[in-house]
Amino acid sequence: MTEHYLVLAAILFAIGGLGVLIRRNVIVILMSVELMLNAVNVTFVALARQHGSMDGQVIVFFVLTVAAAEVAVGLAIILMNFAQRKTINADEIRLLRG
Amino acid sequence: MTLFWILACVTIPAALTVILHRNPVYSALALVFTLFQVAIMFVALDAHLIAFLQIIIYAGAIVVLILFAIMLLSLEPEEPGDGRSSLRAAGWGAAALLGLELVAIAAVFPDTPAAEKPLPEGYGSVAKIAERLFTTHLLPFELTSVLLLVAVVGAVVMARRRTGP
Repeated sequence: MTEHYLVLAAILFAIGGLGVLIRRNVIVILMSVELMLNAVNVTFVALARQHGSMDGQVIVFFVLTVAAAEVAVGLAIILMNFAQRKTINADEIRLLRG
Repeated sequence: MTLFWILACVTIPAALTVILHRNPVYSALALVFTLFQVAIMFVALDAHLIAFLQIIIYAGAIVVLILFAIMLLSLEPEEPGDGRSSLRAAGWGAAALLGLELVAIAAVFPDTPAAEKPLPEGYGSVAKIAERLFTTHLLPFELTSVLLLVAVVGAVVMARRRTGP
């Protein structure tokens, strides 16, 4: 049972990684990162269930907090960048590349 | 077990819709759907509090925030191709490789009989998780508040700079 959920989480993580690699819209990239975080959460909860321990669920609580903070700051960066440069294409955002 | 296969058959197409749809609004709606499926997985794995938090925080807060951002930005769908198909193919290859590796690791996971043993009383309940949160994991919990403060200050600073000189 546990390994079924682990395989499903692995597939979801790979789909999220695919989204980060092939999309150029930074908002979609952010959503793909959320998918990857969710896949990891499924892994944590499945393994916590397997071991009958609740520490995995507590870690998921922290991951949720980090995801919320990440989205808030990430969207603020995207909106500010759009206001200055009029683009949300990841290929055209190269300020840090010099 | 039937529930798992239904979840798997629904979640994977929804996740693919998130990353492959050209219109980001549909991507966000597919993301909400995927997150609800993951919440159902959490319920199936006896993590009831986490399932509620998943729906409240992700579907209720994060996706609404993302939808606000999409509405504030331009809504032009992404153009396909434009001469970068080799990079795109490389992305597909790398993601397929990553997926195969992860599935191979997960598939050989030893399914020990621990999964069959009865769960402790109140497993996944609010009281038990809160107890662990405020005893064993107290330091990370307090550090989380610092993280949220930093995120709030960072977002406010970035929002203010635009109106400044």
